[in-house]
Parts: sequence; C-alpha cells; structure tokens
Amino acid sequence: MASMSKADIGRFLARQGILIAFAVFIIGFTLANERFLSPDNVMGVVRSSAILGVMALGVTFVVISGNLDLSVGSMMSFSTIVVLDLHDKIGPALAIPAMFAMTLCLGAFIGFLVGYLKLNSLIVTLGMLSAIHGLTLTYSGGQNMDIVDKEGTWFAVFGQGSALGIPVPILIFVLLAALLGIILAKTPFGRTVYAVGGNGTAATFSGIKRARVVFLCYVMSAFCVAVAGLIQASRSLGSQNTVGQGLELDVLAAVILGGASLLGGSGTIFKTVIGVLILGFIQNGLLLVGLQFYVQFVVTWVIIILAVWLDIAAKRGKLWSNIA
Amino acid sequence: MTGQPPALRLEGIVKTFPGVRALDGVSLSVMPGEVHALMGENGAGKSTLMKVLGGIYQPEEGQIIVAEMPTVMTSPLQAKSKGIVFIHQELSLAEELSVAENIYLGELPQLSFGRVDWAKLYTQTDAILEKLKVGFSAKTIVGDLSIANQQMVEIARALTVDAKAVIFDEPTASLTDAEKVVLFDVISDLKSQGVGIIYISHRMEEIFKITDRISVLRDGSYRGTLETRNTNEEEVTQLMIGRALDLSRNASHHEMGNVALEVRGLSCGDLFKDVSFEVRRGEVLGFYGLVGAGRTEIVETLFGLRNPSAGTILLDGEEVHVSSPADAISKGISLVPEDRKGQGLVLGMNCRDNMTLPQVGDLSSGPFVATGAETEIFDKYKDKLDIRTPGWKQTVGNLSGGNQQKIVIGKWLSMHPKVLMVDEPTRGIDVGSKSEIHNLIRELAAQGYAVIVVSSEMPEVLHVSDRIVAMFSGKVMRTFASQEVTEESLIQAISGITATDKVA
Ligand SMILES: Nc1ncnc2c1ncn2[C@@H]1O[C@H](COP(=O)(O)OP(=O)(O)OP(=O)(O)O)[C@@H](O)[C@H]1O
Ligand SMILES: [Mg+2]
Repeated sequence: MASMSKADIGRFLARQGILIAFAVFIIGFTLANERFLSPDNVMGVVRSSAILGVMALGVTFVVISGNLDLSVGSMMSFSTIVVLDLHDKIGPALAIPAMFAMTLCLGAFIGFLVGYLKLNSLIVTLGMLSAIHGLTLTYSGGQNMDIVDKEGTWFAVFGQGSALGIPVPILIFVLLAALLGIILAKTPFGRTVYAVGGNGTAATFSGIKRARVVFLCYVMSAFCVAVAGLIQASRSLGSQNTVGQGLELDVLAAVILGGASLLGGSGTIFKTVIGVLILGFIQNGLLLVGLQFYVQFVVTWVIIILAVWLDIAAKRGKLWSNIA
Repeated sequence: MTGQPPALRLEGIVKTFPGVRALDGVSLSVMPGEVHALMGENGAGKSTLMKVLGGIYQPEEGQIIVAEMPTVMTSPLQAKSKGIVFIHQELSLAEELSVAENIYLGELPQLSFGRVDWAKLYTQTDAILEKLKVGFSAKTIVGDLSIANQQMVEIARALTVDAKAVIFDEPTASLTDAEKVVLFDVISDLKSQGVGIIYISHRMEEIFKITDRISVLRDGSYRGTLETRNTNEEEVTQLMIGRALDLSRNASHHEMGNVALEVRGLSCGDLFKDVSFEVRRGEVLGFYGLVGAGRTEIVETLFGLRNPSAGTILLDGEEVHVSSPADAISKGISLVPEDRKGQGLVLGMNCRDNMTLPQVGDLSSGPFVATGAETEIFDKYKDKLDIRTPGWKQTVGNLSGGNQQKIVIGKWLSMHPKVLMVDEPTRGIDVGSKSEIHNLIRELAAQGYAVIVVSSEMPEVLHVSDRIVAMFSGKVMRTFASQEVTEESLIQAISGITATDKVA
C-alpha cells in the first residue's frame, strides 16, 4: 500500500470516484445539519426517491440494451392523469389495469419504432416526450385531475399506506428492484440485453432477436412508469398534467451515476438503486443546508457531467488521458 | 549491418495485468534495415510488447532505447514522433471517414483559417495508394471496404511518416496472396531505406521468406533469437511451443453419410450467381478464392443474414427457407464469422458468457440461466482448444487476438450443429493451435458433421478439405476432389482462367 504510485491512485479515484464523492457530500451535509442522517430524514429520502427509483429500474434495461429513454417523465404524467380520471369513472379496481394497458401500449409503440424500425432512440423518445405530453393534455382537456372522494378510497394505499412499519412506496420499490434485478442478472433474457447493448451485430450473429430484445426493454420501462404513476396518483389523489416533467433527466442521472454506460452493455439494477439513493441524498442535503429548490436542477446537471466523466475515466483507468 | 547501433532496443521489459504476467523481463534489439520476426503462441505477449513500445502501455520495469537514446514512451503520438509506427493487429480506423482522412487523421494538410486542403489531401493519398496497388481511391469511405482493404489503409498510414522502426502486428491475417505480395514489396522498400522492421505473424512461410532474424517469446519470457537462414520451421516451433508438431493430415478415411446440405442455383444480386454444391455428413468442403469472390456472402446467405435472389437450399433433402440467424441455428446451421471483433464477440462480456451466448436460452434451470452448465461447457472447450485465460470471468476484450478467435470457435462447436460453416477459422492462430483446430475440424467431420471451410490460405484448404470449391468473382469455377487438386490448377481456377481440362 505504501508503494501506491500516482497512477494507482488515479486508477483508484477513477474506479471509486462516485462513491468517494458521495462520501464527501454525506460528511459535509452531516456537519452542516445534524438532522441529515437522522432516521426520519433517511426514511424520508428513500420514500421520496421511490417514484424516481421505480422509473430508473426500467430505464436501466433500456440503457444496458444500448438505447435511451427520455419519454419516461411525460409518460408518468400520462399514467397519473389517466388513473386518477378513471378512478372516479370506472372505479379503482378497473382503473388500474386500464391505465397499465394504455401505458404499456405507449412503451410497445416506442419499442416498435426503436427495435423493429431501428430508428434512433434519442430522436424517438425525445419526440415521444412531447407527443405524450400533448396526449395527456388532450385527454385531460388541460384540467388538473382530482379524485372527488379523497377519504373513502382504498386507492390511497399505494402512495400513503404502510405495511410492517414500512411505507408502501418503499416496499414496492424494493420488491420491484429485487424482481427486475433477478431478471437482468439471472435469466437468459437478461443476458441477451447485455449482449445486444454490448455488440448488437455479434448478438444477431449469435441468433439473438435483437429487435425483440429492444422492444421488450421499452415495454419493461413502460411497466415501471405505470407503477410510478400509480404511486404518484395514490400519494396525492390529484395531479397536474406536468407532474412528471423533467423526471427523465433525474432518472437518467441516477442510472448513469450507478455506473451503467450510455454506450450500452454494462450496468446492474443494484448499481442503479445506489445511483437513485445518491441522487436522493444529495438533493435532500442541498435543501437541508438551505439552498433553494431550484438549485437542484443545476446540481443534477453537474452530477450527470461528473458521472459521465468518471465513467469514461474508469474505462481508461485514469482521470486524464490524451488517448481517446 | 554489423557495427551499426541498433535502430531500437528493448531491455528487461516487465508488464503485468491483474492475474497475468504478460511480459517477464523481455529484451530485444532490431537493427536498421532488418526485418525481425517476433513469434510465439497465442497469448505469449507479442502484442503487449509492441504496445509497450508504441506507448500504449507503460512497462513496470525495463527501458526502451531508440537510436541509442533511452526513451519513455508516454503515448502513441509521442512514439510516432520518435519514428515508431505501429500497424495494429486489431483495426483502428474511423469507419465513417474516407480513406484519405483516415490516413492523415490528426495531420490533415491545411489552408488558412484551419480549412482542410482537400485537393492536396487526395493527391497525397492517391500517390501512396498507387504505391500499394490497391483497387480503391482516396475518397472511398473506409466502412465500405473489405477487412483486407481496411488493413491496406492501416498500412498506408505507416508510409506517411519518416519511420525509424515499423511494427507489423499480424498484417497478413486478412490479406490475400496478391495483397501479400504488395505488402512484402512495401516491406522490402522500407528495409532498403534502413528502417528497422518488427514483423509478427503465425505464418511460417512468410517468416522464412521475408525476415532476417526470429525472436521467440513464450509465456511472457524471451526464449532466444535465431538467424532465419540458419534455422528451420521445426527449430522455431520447438522453441515456441516446447515440442515438435505433427503436421500429417488425419487421413483416417471415414464413411461419408447422406447429403446434409445441398444448394442449387443460389444467387444473391451481384454478390454471387448460380452457385450449386452439396456437402455430405462426414465431409469437409473447402471454399477457396480471392477476397471478393463471394465466399463469405454465400455462407452469410446460408446463415440467414442475406436474402437469396434465386435458388434453393435443401437441408437433409428438404427445401428450407432460412430467414434469420436465429432460424438457421434452430435448423442446425452455424457460422463462425470472419470478423471476430465485429461479429463474433461481445468484447465487454466475459469469456464464458460469450461462448454460451447462442444457447443461453436452452441452458436454463427453471427461469434462470444454468451457470453451472455454462461453466462446464466453457471449461471443456478451454481445454480442447487450449484457450489461455486466467479464468472464465476474464473480459474477452483482454484476451490475446488468437485466444479471442478460439472463443468464437468454441462458441459454435459447443452448439453441435448439423452443418458447421467456418469463415477463416484460423486467422491469427498460432501454429500449434492451428493444427489442433484443423484436427478438430477433421474429427468433427469424422463424427458425422458436415463442415464448410472458407479460407484464403491455400495450405489450410488443401489440408482440411475433402473437396474444394474454387470461386472467382461470384461464380463457382470448378469443384476439385482432394486427390486430384494441385496448387497450380487451384490458382488457375480462382484467377478466372477457365481450364480447358474441365471439359476433358
Ligand atoms: N488489457 C489486458 N488486460 C488483461 N490481460 C491482458 C490485457 N492485454 C493482454 N492481456 C493478457 O496478456 C497476455 C499476452 O497477450 P498478447 O495480446 O500480448 O498476446 P499475443 O502474443 O499477441 O497473442 P496472439 O498471437 O494471440 O495475438 C495474454 O494472456 C492476455 O490475456
Ligand atoms: Mg497479438
């Protein structure tokens, strides 16, 4: 250890950079405000990260398969609005599956465009971001959506309930993370996701149906968005049309922070969960030290840049390099 | 040559990777005007040594001495400025750019305001291309070129600098005989200009044709240097792999079974026309021809990667339509593709997962991948093919070129296909493993597989095939039985000379 050279230190920083930066933040925030690490605050952070976290789980699949999904924010607004509207019209028991079906259709449509028609995912999902926003506004007529009888519905359980002393959103996040983590790491489908993202041509030559894998990743992502929309709707029992606006960037930040490469082929669900928590704690810490909420937008951007840089640095094994 | 200081000297170079001591105190010196061969098995450390020299890796110990000056190579650019030019084993070109832009990348001739002097760029490039006698122009987009031609671009790049030493890391692995002749001319030109040349190759004929001395590495350590004219293949092989090689063909004549695959009048646009042949179970059918003769396109069509424009494919006597690789695999047709990096491997994935990729769906216990069965398959083919890697967890991209190729071969062998098609199966593979792979191909045939071997190496085709299909510009010129074929008639057939004895 004593003989660690400059290069070794560089390599270590590059590999563990995110965790080190995170540790520095945590220590700094704790010194600035002792409430930061209190059980209440920690639970609060995890709970408020659940919605973002659930969405990040699905986007992890998309990113590992070598694509992007920038439509998840506006898709989440859509799911929330739809389920709230249908709640009073056909009752929660039918509203939930109907909302899931509609959201999955959106995911399937994107999956079709990117997977089967091989259109660029950045363009497709950026377009869908705006198209789905339009769809939501058309659906709601631009009105906020509210459940009339807020006291008497069991629908509130997903966002406000708790079981075994743990808030339901956290339970959903943890269970879904475990399920998707196993699918990604242990099943043949998960393996093909890595192969398609790592080298699509080689995957095709290995008999993997690349288009189908990409398609399924987007359906998976839409499923997670529907779950997130459900939690969101159930938590507030009323919503604006723009509730998910901007979340796509936070989600992407969390996924990259966790170490998934934007080039595809690497990343894990576990790492994404870590990324979600890092993002959640940093944003919470900034509020606690008294910075305005709006500062978060800038900070999220800084975090994305930092994460991308460290991702490249880790591959090169050093922080700086004159070799591309 | 004697009395002159060496153009280049390496002393006591040590380089380790996690779990691998790739170089263990290697020394080497190259004289000006000398062609110095560097030989060794797959994974012996040849490429690593050259990457140290080229400034890509930093050695832990040892020094590099260029023209009697100890030098620290910090980057490829710096190595280039010291006159050391590196032609890589793995191609490193920008596929979207033109040939000219690739050759002068980073050093484009400029006009005022940083504008590129395109006219000058193209004339300069065309001058170099002319020297190389290639059939493409400065404006061609690199991605549209065959691998062989891309290799020529890589070589052209080396001719733009005033080099003291040029390193060729397996330059001929994907070149045809005609292209090789051009390359050897280029090398002898460089040689007469007093440039020191390091030449890495697994092909003995070449080594004995063009080199002056041969240095051998084994398991990362230096084993000695031989004067080429005072040695022979046996001695070099002995030094490389520590034993003599049995090159005799596994001649055990086995029974041929039914026709496994028959192709009638198959065409695909301009790529190939009216191709007919059949392969029996237990038979090895070789496809020989120049690059561009349409051999790769034929096997790709049979593998469902291209749509034939005419013709029929019969598998076990029944007409089939192969719509995709997945479909081909399910019908029992496999292809070892020619481009291991682009088509064969997911470089960021580990060795085992790469090998089992086509069958991962079948290797399941319940909903999960049966990793135990995967590891078993990997271990079996690791032994069978003598794959050098610290373990299955190693990322494939970190393996030596030849060992990567073995992973691709293992991947398809382990599928036990009905019809196994291999496109350039031993590209970049050392002599020992090469004969093992040839034996393996013969053995597979003996077990009743139908095997198609596409190769640009005549000795290979002659060695493994029962019959040889000679192709020229998309057409089958002639089919030879192995006992009637001669090198001469084969060369005639693939050059498009319609032999009159075809009628006789
Ligand atoms: N980046 C790396 N990380 C880990 N191990 C490596 C790396 N590069 C090379 N190695 C290992 O170092 C050893 C030497 O590899 P090298 O590429 O130099 O072999 P080679 O002699 O060029 O073989 P070939 O004839 O197959 O090209 C191999 O065991 C290889 O797996
Ligand atoms: Mg090599």
